Amino acid sequence: MLFFLPVSPVAAQDDETTLSGTIRSRGTGADGADEFFEGVKLTVTDASGAVVDEVATDANGEWVVVLPDGGDFIVELDESTLPDGATLREGAEARREIAANVGRKNSVLYPIGDLASAAAEGVSLIQLGVDGIKLGLIIGMTAIGLSLIFGTTGLVNFAHGEMVTYGAMIAFLLNVTGIFGFQMTLILATILTVLLSALTGGLYNEFVWKRLRNRGSSLISMLVVSIGFSIFFRYSLLFLFGGRGLPYREYQLQTVVDFGLFTLAPKDIVIIVISLVTLVGVATLLRMTRVGKAMRAVADNKDLAESSGIDVEGVIRYVWVAGSALAGFGGVLFALTEDVSWEMGFRILLLMFAGVTLGGLGTAYGALLGSVLVGLFIQYSTLVVPSDMKNVGALAVLILILLFRPQGLLGKAERVG
Amino acid sequence: MDWIAIFQNTLRGFFGEQAIYFALAAIGLNVHFGYTGLLNFGQALFMAAGAYGLAITVVTFGGSFWLGVFMGIVVFPIVMALILGVPTLRLRADYLAIVTIAAAEIFRLFVRSPRWDWLTGSSDGLGQYADRFYEFSPFNPRVRYGIGPLNFLGNQFWVVIVGWVVVAIAVFLVYLLMRSPWGRVLRAIREDEDAARSLGKNAYWFKMQALILGGVIGAAGGMMRAIGTQSAQPDNFITDVTFLAWVALILGGAARVFGPVIGSMILWGVLSFTDTFLREMVAEEIIPNSLMEGPQVGQVRFMLIGIALLLLAAFRPQGMFGNRDEMALDDR
Repeated sequence: MLFFLPVSPVAAQDDETTLSGTIRSRGTGADGADEFFEGVKLTVTDASGAVVDEVATDANGEWVVVLPDGGDFIVELDESTLPDGATLREGAEARREIAANVGRKNSVLYPIGDLASAAAEGVSLIQLGVDGIKLGLIIGMTAIGLSLIFGTTGLVNFAHGEMVTYGAMIAFLLNVTGIFGFQMTLILATILTVLLSALTGGLYNEFVWKRLRNRGSSLISMLVVSIGFSIFFRYSLLFLFGGRGLPYREYQLQTVVDFGLFTLAPKDIVIIVISLVTLVGVATLLRMTRVGKAMRAVADNKDLAESSGIDVEGVIRYVWVAGSALAGFGGVLFALTEDVSWEMGFRILLLMFAGVTLGGLGTAYGALLGSVLVGLFIQYSTLVVPSDMKNVGALAVLILILLFRPQGLLGKAERVG
Repeated sequence: MDWIAIFQNTLRGFFGEQAIYFALAAIGLNVHFGYTGLLNFGQALFMAAGAYGLAITVVTFGGSFWLGVFMGIVVFPIVMALILGVPTLRLRADYLAIVTIAAAEIFRLFVRSPRWDWLTGSSDGLGQYADRFYEFSPFNPRVRYGIGPLNFLGNQFWVVIVGWVVVAIAVFLVYLLMRSPWGRVLRAIREDEDAARSLGKNAYWFKMQALILGGVIGAAGGMMRAIGTQSAQPDNFITDVTFLAWVALILGGAARVFGPVIGSMILWGVLSFTDTFLREMVAEEIIPNSLMEGPQVGQVRFMLIGIALLLLAAFRPQGMFGNRDEMALDDR
């Protein structure tokens, strides 16, 4: 059979047999980012004890050894070359025997550092509550747009998280890169960011979503379109800004203020106050102004609103502009607490979904209430689960609420399917 | 420019391992979405169920390879489908989308957590559980097999052969089931759930069965991937994996038996081409390094996927070979 005849090897770069890995310590860097160790030495020997290669990790903590063939190899990490304070996790061995598969990238991982959870650090309940409210307010600010866009157009916008990242990145460009020739103060940069986010949101609606609505695209195709945008924006941001967390120029290292029962950095106090003021402002606008009432009317019953003379397209435009401005603003505040990164928006998107579903999809006040509860829940869950799993609890709540009260806390009960 | 390498990698993309894994994942999605109208955005969860079902059984609990296969494509995906389906299948379709995407992340964060290192190997994952699979291989792992430029090393070739057989079985199964009365009920539910219910069909239970069947096929894809790479790692099952399977499905056309298979082959052919082509361009500095460096090629791949997904959904929702009357994203 011709099919099974061996053929001569041809150059193909993805066939090399390699051993590789990344030496890093999870969550010990600035604001919980991973720390990557450079210059850690590793030795690879084959089964007979002959040294195949000696390597040191690069600036990203990565190392690669190309093997002559598959089979058993021994990798040994030189613990004395780890930076001060870093050790292998208890139970992890520096010397590993690896069975390498031919023509594959075989990864060898060394866990570094100890596991930590809030309980072990003795964080007080009130401290967790304050941190939870801060997180919840930020989620709430970003989630109002998501909820109102759903309420007025029926679109579940998976690209809303990227509006958050967009805001954080614009502020970074103005504050650190200085694209206008000088580095603005963060306050000025934030104001400009909010305006730019609002403008972008308006144009985005005008040139993409309005056209899709006019073409009569179904909600499901629009949902898939939003996922396409989400992937495209996210990886474009990764391409442009790289994968590392980027801090703003100001407000990085601050002495915490001790309030007796809890401590807060001054920037966190400002974040809480600003977001509270913003959210109360938004709630007032929704209740008092004509446009705000129109938004709630359209979210409640689009056809009835339209037949009572409300300009539905106009309202939708306002929702996109305001929702994007809030998302961009929330992005700056979120980045102040944990650096700007390309996938921050996608991480917070799932928390927004949790908050919005908990509060009631399509409602504005529900989005707020649900988000604050989700923020609190995330922080309190660190009492029982390791901090790298804290978001799991919030997502589990999402599933439980659908099981018992699918319309959410503030939503109206209706038969849905 | 090494055009031979580019051509060769493109060819391998069409017929290689990735096309197999994602063909299976997309066939599963086709059962969910194409035939039943379920918006599952957590196919990565079912793929991970297949991979970890095998890996945990063999590595952590020392079970046999065959027990691992059983756990991976039967027990794990069925349990996951029940957990996902019970709260959401009574609700509107977009709730299922949100819940499945969240559930896939929950599972990934769970297996990634150092707390359960003894069970799942945390971020390192588990490895070396499929030696038994390669013992059956009639091919020498150090020799390349194939036709001309389309060739693979022995073990890889064995994975490719077995993989396409599994794809063929899955396609045939879906073909038979969708012609049966059972399949017609699924389509009826997709078209008008209330009508199906008023004819006395238990729509909830039929949707659950479809969720399980699609999940099992997706798990087979995840398991083939875990066997092919001999390692199950949490970061192989990020959300973007689900989106890749969706691109494959929509590209080929939903509610077509061969749609997802053709879609996956085209997807991986095109991706392998652009990957190798861009890498060559960067290596030869035709694209200057100031504009793009080697590792960024992978990011461009995902940018292209995003654009492809949004353009397809906006302008050609029935895919390349789909039939607009039978099924398009636009139907509902």
